[in-house]
Amino acid sequence: MSSIRSSEITPEHIYLSRRSFMRSVGTLVAGAFVLNACGEAASTGPAPTPPVPGTTTAGTDELSDPLTAFEAVIGYNNYYEFSTDKEAVAPLSRDFTTSPWTVEVGGLVNKPKTYAMEDLLQRFPQEERVYRLRCVEGWSMVIPWMGFPINKLLNEVEPTSKAKYVRFETVERPEEMPGQKDGYYRWPYVEGLRLDEAMNDLAILATGLYGKALLPQNGAPLRLTVPWKYGFKSIKSIVKIDLVEEPPTSLWMAAGPSEYGFYANVNPDVPHPRWSQSSERRIGDSGRRPTLLFNGYSDQVAGLYSGMDLRTNY
Amino acid sequence: MLYLRKNWLRMLAHVGALIPLAILLWDAHLDRLTFNPIQEITFRTGKTALVLLVLSLVCTPLNLLLGLKQVLPLRRPLGLYAFFYVCLHLLTFVYLDYGFDLGLIREAIVEKRYVLVGFSAFLLVLPLAITSTKGWQRRLGKRWKSLHKLVYLAAPLAVLHFLWLVKADIREPLAYGAVVATILILRTPAIRRSITRFRQRRQQAATSTTAARVPHSDPRS
Repeated sequence: MSSIRSSEITPEHIYLSRRSFMRSVGTLVAGAFVLNACGEAASTGPAPTPPVPGTTTAGTDELSDPLTAFEAVIGYNNYYEFSTDKEAVAPLSRDFTTSPWTVEVGGLVNKPKTYAMEDLLQRFPQEERVYRLRCVEGWSMVIPWMGFPINKLLNEVEPTSKAKYVRFETVERPEEMPGQKDGYYRWPYVEGLRLDEAMNDLAILATGLYGKALLPQNGAPLRLTVPWKYGFKSIKSIVKIDLVEEPPTSLWMAAGPSEYGFYANVNPDVPHPRWSQSSERRIGDSGRRPTLLFNGYSDQVAGLYSGMDLRTNY
Repeated sequence: MLYLRKNWLRMLAHVGALIPLAILLWDAHLDRLTFNPIQEITFRTGKTALVLLVLSLVCTPLNLLLGLKQVLPLRRPLGLYAFFYVCLHLLTFVYLDYGFDLGLIREAIVEKRYVLVGFSAFLLVLPLAITSTKGWQRRLGKRWKSLHKLVYLAAPLAVLHFLWLVKADIREPLAYGAVVATILILRTPAIRRSITRFRQRRQQAATSTTAARVPHSDPRS
């Protein structure tokens, strides 16, 4: 016997918006097949409609959480190359040069290549992906990105059989990035993914958000977006992508090895000495919400880590 | 007017201590507390509390080193304002941030060392705030002074709280740590005695030289 508390009854407006969301998901499932974004998730049958990560409708993600306001997405940025003050990044990065821009892709590949930004935009069709972004500091956003799966780029350069990891590097330009003049961190910013993580369809190289080209504060012109990992993994303003044999040491691993591991998967069961990882505050909300394992993308990525102890591989 | 002239330093302390609250409320009213207002309120109240605590502790050494007796009465109001901001800080944490979710709050205290030391510092200054009145001072007599030495434990804990919560760059908390460490060193009996002795000797020397100079102050006379 259990009674329903009034607090558990969904308010009508949310209920109705969920209904309209469900309806539109129906039409999107077909679209998802075409995009081949999440064919597996969409193939389980008509009811209940499975969530389709990355797709958007009526301004929500697939869990029907609303998008974070554009002003917050472009006004509240962790980008230490410019400033440690999140709201100082936008003004400080206003004149950052994002064109011309080239990205050197090399290392253990058969066809190393330097891409001009225009090449990338032309070669790889841009898709919209609505992803949750969970910062290790305990806050989160829902952002409609534009970009393309990084596996498309990697397939083109053909990683050799020795390649096990992908190493990403941010541009080093202290004259335009005042934060890089501070010797406290080991610049340039470096991040890494295991090759199979990078090949996962959810991992994209983002070129825009909210239907517009990326602004400098969000990592223009090209950044990584790996939604199941803490935000710092999603390295900004990439100029170099190398396929390597050993796991690269990221800037944060070097700065705090006991706090920041190579994987940095969103995991409410792996505590951090400072910030709650079991709960988070969505920017724009007043309360807290529980943090989801792999930021809610378990169905798509949990298989990458089967048999691994996520507490030691944090 | 006379009251103001006599108490201007005290007035300044009151006004100065309330300005951060006024700015906080004003910014809240104008919706200018960043896109993460709860965190901003937490940061601002915490920082203000720490600054006021340090200022209240600086009064005694100021008197010791420079003989500024007039700052001594500021210790109580500054300490109480520090406690006031600590209460706002704690309330922001348990109510605004965690919505009195006891499970999450317990987890935070047990799991995060910075929360643990911050909370300990609060528990240490709580009895000091309660016994800050003249009545309690009288009732406790000599024990009042010993009790209020707890602040010399609370202040380093507050700095540790700050040190453990910053992401990577520990320079700012270390600066506060250096100030608190200096204050603590000046408080140790041996150092204190030698400073007092040094000052007394200098004062004596000063009075004796002026005294000696008086007859020769105007050689033409």
